[in-house]
Amino acid sequence: MINPAGIAAQFAELVLAVLLAPLLTGWVNQCRAWLQNKSAPGLLQPYRTLNKLFQKEVVLARNASPLFRIAPYLIFGSLALAAAIVPTLDTDLPLNAAADAIALVGLLALARLFIALAGMDVGTAFGSLGARREMMVGFLAEPALLMVLFTASLISSSTSLSTIVQTLAHKEFVIYPSMAFAGVAFTMVSLAENARIPIDNPATHLELTMIHEAMVLEYSGRHLAMIEWAASLKLFVYSCMGLAVFFPWGIAHGGDWLGIVLALPTLLIKLTLGGAALALIETLSAKMRIFRAPEFLGTAFLFAVLAMLVHVLLEA
Amino acid sequence: MHLSPLDATLALACAWLALGICGLASPTSIRLASRVIFPAGALVGLALAAVALSATFESPQARVLPLGLPDLPFHARLDTLSAFFLLILGAVAAAISIFACGYFRRGEGTAPGLQALYYHAFLASMALVLVADDAYFFMVGWESMALSSYFLVTSDHRLAEIRRAGYLYLLIAHLGAIAILLCFGALQSGSGDYSFAGMRALAPSAGWATVAFLLALVGFGAKAGLLPLHAWLPEAHPAAPSPVSALMSAVMLKTAVYGMLRVTFDLIGFPVWWWGVVALATGLASALFGAVYAAVQTDMKRLLAYSSIENLGLIVAGFGLTILFRGFGMNALAALALTATLYHCLNHAFFKSLLFLATGSVLHATRERSLGRLGGLIHRMPWVAWTALVGTVAIAGLPPLNGFVSEWLLLQAFLFSPGLPHSYLNMLVPIAAASIALTAALSGYVMVKFYGVVFLGQPREAKLAEAHDAGPWERVALLLLAAACVVLGLVPAMVMSMLDPTTKALTGHGMASLAGGWLYLAPIEPQRASYSPALFFLLITILVALAWFSVRAFYHGRVRRAGPWDCGFAPLDARMQDTAEGFGQPVRQIFEPFFRVEHSAPTPFDLRPRYRELVEDRLWRWLYLPLARGVDRLTSLVTVLQRGRISVYLMYSFATLLLLLFLVK
Repeated sequence: MINPAGIAAQFAELVLAVLLAPLLTGWVNQCRAWLQNKSAPGLLQPYRTLNKLFQKEVVLARNASPLFRIAPYLIFGSLALAAAIVPTLDTDLPLNAAADAIALVGLLALARLFIALAGMDVGTAFGSLGARREMMVGFLAEPALLMVLFTASLISSSTSLSTIVQTLAHKEFVIYPSMAFAGVAFTMVSLAENARIPIDNPATHLELTMIHEAMVLEYSGRHLAMIEWAASLKLFVYSCMGLAVFFPWGIAHGGDWLGIVLALPTLLIKLTLGGAALALIETLSAKMRIFRAPEFLGTAFLFAVLAMLVHVLLEA
Repeated sequence: MHLSPLDATLALACAWLALGICGLASPTSIRLASRVIFPAGALVGLALAAVALSATFESPQARVLPLGLPDLPFHARLDTLSAFFLLILGAVAAAISIFACGYFRRGEGTAPGLQALYYHAFLASMALVLVADDAYFFMVGWESMALSSYFLVTSDHRLAEIRRAGYLYLLIAHLGAIAILLCFGALQSGSGDYSFAGMRALAPSAGWATVAFLLALVGFGAKAGLLPLHAWLPEAHPAAPSPVSALMSAVMLKTAVYGMLRVTFDLIGFPVWWWGVVALATGLASALFGAVYAAVQTDMKRLLAYSSIENLGLIVAGFGLTILFRGFGMNALAALALTATLYHCLNHAFFKSLLFLATGSVLHATRERSLGRLGGLIHRMPWVAWTALVGTVAIAGLPPLNGFVSEWLLLQAFLFSPGLPHSYLNMLVPIAAASIALTAALSGYVMVKFYGVVFLGQPREAKLAEAHDAGPWERVALLLLAAACVVLGLVPAMVMSMLDPTTKALTGHGMASLAGGWLYLAPIEPQRASYSPALFFLLITILVALAWFSVRAFYHGRVRRAGPWDCGFAPLDARMQDTAEGFGQPVRQIFEPFFRVEHSAPTPFDLRPRYRELVEDRLWRWLYLPLARGVDRLTSLVTVLQRGRISVYLMYSFATLLLLLFLVK
């Protein structure tokens, strides 16, 4: 039966993800500024930006369709649900029976489909250019992500995320060579999917190089705020997914209250370290030409398939 | 009087045929076709779907028909496999016929009465194929299906291009038919009994069974558009009127799947595991091929046709996986793979007919098929655009709609395959799963291109401003199909219990006992994997609504309309958006070896610069043209005999007679 602690953990997870996501973005930006010898914006800067955007009125292109106005909410909703599915505090989540790893990837793809369609809606050069590039990154990154999750599912013989986390955290400590390949692939995919250097640059406004920013160029006011918030949520979801699959220790099971309370600081520490690592990777690498993105993502895909092969050959 | 489902099915097929013949009463009357014949045809379709649904849960029935040749009567049989495909036929045909009521409204190409005749003959012949229980009846149904659809494809026969497409279609259909005929020949293994009951009872030797399977794969594969016999599909589908394209893609391709399942699991009965590898490889290659080619198309119906190749490829991959599991006696997993296969058949029938019908409405409103001359139709045709959006999300395989469910089941089946007792096969599995994942992701790309270029953005031509939305008949049909996509996506456990008798009949193992209630889809056991689209949908809706209301409550809803951001240069016009070619460019670049690209760019000094790019299927050069040249050369040898003088021909007859007398003596 579903226990109350599970429901509480589920709810806490959702609220926490939605509220903490901009903080993670702020932390990554701060780290990056430090590493690049710049004076950093405050940790709470993303919240201020969101508040500012929410207060502004929406300037809507004349030929924007209703799809353009619904899309930000849909994207936000899908990513919030994705955040609720990934186990961050407790593995005994009621939602885990509703959606597994494949559904999680599907959910991310749903958000991507709508953001790309919204990018094409107004019919500007940048919108469709961004949409095309986003879908290009997507169709290479999505199967790679799926393969990474499959490797983990093969190890735990389940696609349910909580079972994966439980198995990986509770088996006696074994080093899985397949997970090493999967880890490399996952890092590459999350860089690409979150519009980070070397594929995209979240800080750029140089038109020819941008992907995500080009796509959302027409958005303003509260719509843009929803999109930005959703982008932070996406980073949060990917970070938590990575932590859950590769560093599953410290997540509570079976919904005991103490475990959940202890899981929270563990999560914060892991995210702090993860965010700093992300900033380090971004600072150390250079932006790639867009034509080289398929190579980068193709390599990620290959690594992910290799991970599965290694699992079948060595570990099965 | 109680009518058995089999009799009812036969009666309904006859009703379709009779309706078609009614069209001849006044071939030029559009009113007769659109107000009487097509609505009645839709009702027959609904009735057939109801009959098929009830027959799914009944035991097989057979009867001998008082038709056919002396000593060779037609046998008919209705079992759960037939019933499942009849259900697809009936339900989809009903929606498409409703659409057709509004579609054939102007006299273009073939007269509407004749159109109605071919259309209903096509429907009736598909129904007969599905209930046929001997090779003779099956081939009669199969061939009338090919012929009636040929006439439908060439309904705009004044265009040379369409005649050519029709010819290619007929040619490959017949190549396939020959292979099927030979397959039945191999199956009766010398007993001379061509009834399916006889073939079922007989156990052909392993060698003959393999020959029969491979012939079936080639023969039915030609109809399903599998590589390398796919060439007719992207030509014939765009040539046909949209309801016909929808019918061909949604139902006719499924009869090929039916044929494969019937021959492999019913007539042969004991599949060998490596057949599965062959089918899996063919299916995966076709799926990837279809997805990659769909991404570079510039004609919306061709794009959908390539996407049909992709989907049929996935279905055949599932079929191959089923054989693989069944060959090793892992029946529970075979049932899972088969469920995924059948589910995908059902889904593809609905979302693909929805999208083809949507292109039909677009075609009617704009007289334009080329993606380069469309755009912005969501403002002009909201009904079509929003229903097509449902189809787009469904076909892209995204939750919570139906495309995702079958993809999910198929991937689950792959994830279980490491239990196979063969280490090389286990290595194949990651590669197969990876190519399925890649295909699925590519189909998302394709669908964004399709939807974005047709319905979003600015209209690329001035005439699009006059485009009108679909009429009431078309709206009803589109809505019905969109609703089916949603329902099939939200209650998968119920759909699976409907598929259960069929999987049980073919693999000896059911799935329903393993499903976790109606809300959750848990094919093996809940700890391994479960998915609940209904909860999923509910939660997304709640979250979206919550986000919307909180933004309104805490802030405001002010909107100002202005021109789009033009970077401070001249105003943006429609030519500055991405074209369909542009959108396909990354795929063309990444999968360059797949294509033969002819490319000519203007020099800076051209006074009338023209940019030309032609993307062609490599198989044309590698396979079809050499084959055609070979056939040409062979026939030119035969022309030596052709003298054009009657005395020479009489001499040939005389010589033949003498030879025969000599031989027979």
